[in-house]
Amino acid sequence: MTKIANKETMTLNMGPQHPSTHGVLRLIVELDGEVIQKLTPDIGYLHRGVEKLAEHRTYHQTIPLTDRLDYLSPMHNNLGYVLAVEKLLGIEAPERAQTVRVIMAELTRLKSHLLWLACHALDIGAMTVFIYCFREREKIMDVYERISGARMTTNFFRVGGLSSDVYAGFEEDVRRIVAEFPAHFDTYEGLLTKNTIWLQRTVGNGVISAEEAIDFGITGPALRGSGVDYDVRRDDPYSGYENYKFEVPLGNKCDTFDRYKVRLIEMREALKIIGQALDSLKPGPILADAPKVCYPPKDAVYNTIEGLIHHFKIASEGFPVPEGEVYQGVENPKGELGYYIVSDGSAKPYRMRIRPPSFVNLQAIEKMCKGAMIADLIAVIGSLDIVLGEIDR
Amino acid sequence: MAEDKHTVIMLRARFADSIISAKKFRDEVTVTVGKEEIINICRFLKENLQYNLLTDVTAVDYLGKVPRFMMVYHLYSIPNKERLRIKVPVAESDLTIDSLVPIWKSANWLEREVYDLFGIIFNNHPDLRRILMPNDWVGHPLRKDYPLQGPGREPYKGRLA
Repeated sequence: MTKIANKETMTLNMGPQHPSTHGVLRLIVELDGEVIQKLTPDIGYLHRGVEKLAEHRTYHQTIPLTDRLDYLSPMHNNLGYVLAVEKLLGIEAPERAQTVRVIMAELTRLKSHLLWLACHALDIGAMTVFIYCFREREKIMDVYERISGARMTTNFFRVGGLSSDVYAGFEEDVRRIVAEFPAHFDTYEGLLTKNTIWLQRTVGNGVISAEEAIDFGITGPALRGSGVDYDVRRDDPYSGYENYKFEVPLGNKCDTFDRYKVRLIEMREALKIIGQALDSLKPGPILADAPKVCYPPKDAVYNTIEGLIHHFKIASEGFPVPEGEVYQGVENPKGELGYYIVSDGSAKPYRMRIRPPSFVNLQAIEKMCKGAMIADLIAVIGSLDIVLGEIDR
Repeated sequence: MAEDKHTVIMLRARFADSIISAKKFRDEVTVTVGKEEIINICRFLKENLQYNLLTDVTAVDYLGKVPRFMMVYHLYSIPNKERLRIKVPVAESDLTIDSLVPIWKSANWLEREVYDLFGIIFNNHPDLRRILMPNDWVGHPLRKDYPLQGPGREPYKGRLA
């Protein structure tokens, strides 16, 4: 007599407290043996109501809230927000401020991608890469600390420019990073790109075709890994990105390995952009000539009564913003981060909407994992590069 | 002027009765349309005008105005590198609108979020549940008449009060 195999599926709960879910992500997985039949993400554990809070704060007071969205790339979140407010106001940051913003944004991309590679590799079992990536990430953190005083919640950009000029020695520090990092990337690639275990875990895993990726609204490296040529920096340039030459890498096999390749090339391209930006960095003002919006220079605040009153007015009352609505998208390391701000003419936004890339990208996870083994799920989560602070807002 | 933009001309030619207004502000085109035709307009935009990426779905609560809610869709055309904003008024008396999930799968979670935070119901949505707030939550936090500090708590009067 043959025994009939058990047809029941098993429901397994992963998270929210699980190290490889990259934050407080809960996945309810329905398994047939080790094969995933159904996958239901459950999010919202980190919801802080940032959009609601922003409606009750002046425009400047919202900047520190944006740090805490995608906490691995704070400068990008700041950048998208200040650009959106500047667009509403119709002002533009001066050239030096824009260049520093680009340098910091690209350093942030490196920082975020390094953390992604570290955790992604660790999830799949490559401990060495994790240690190496964190070592290099620390060098970017040092620049962060020196320029803004904080390692993660930087709050460095201001509407109209920067909070302060760069420190003495900034250019040398960044140039050192640009010179040293390609060798580090070679090391990571040497450890992973031809590593049999790595290839077995990533090639052909988490496949999503170009059409499906667009249908699911995926953006960023995950979209480009599927061969769709869309990069906000190039296609809808902001902050002077149209002045820099860089390649937008594309994958063609639409799998975890291609997404890995795309991000590694992106890191090298980020160094190119930083190099060009450093070459074009000239002395000049760091805040736009818009006294109603921008804080006065610190020297004036400390030494003149007019400067002090000026600072006090902006800090306490904020500044009125013309009635209207704008959308500003920026190429965050995770994908397209968008800010949609509606102003009713007062000093506080009537509505601020954050379009989080991780939130939209995470939707596709069921599509990418259905029929795969449970161990592959971990690789896919890593290759989507999600951050829960941004998903839950 | 928004009227001379190709997309707006095409939309006016095809859906003359449903277009409420077309505006341009800071180089961004916003077309406001009636909610009856939203599915057809979006399908037309996707299939005929190459707006293939649904970037964002959200809503704005204009408390005190009629109609009270405004659905906001951000579309992007990867081939033409163009953005477009579609707005759809939703009245408080009839808080329903057709779901865009049949056209774009990305609408799924984005519409769930609007349902969760604004209480707008999407017809034909495959899985209309709360997404950020717990399932048993009462109220819709992003509405303007929902208190900032949450229901049933003393209003925050500021740090110095």
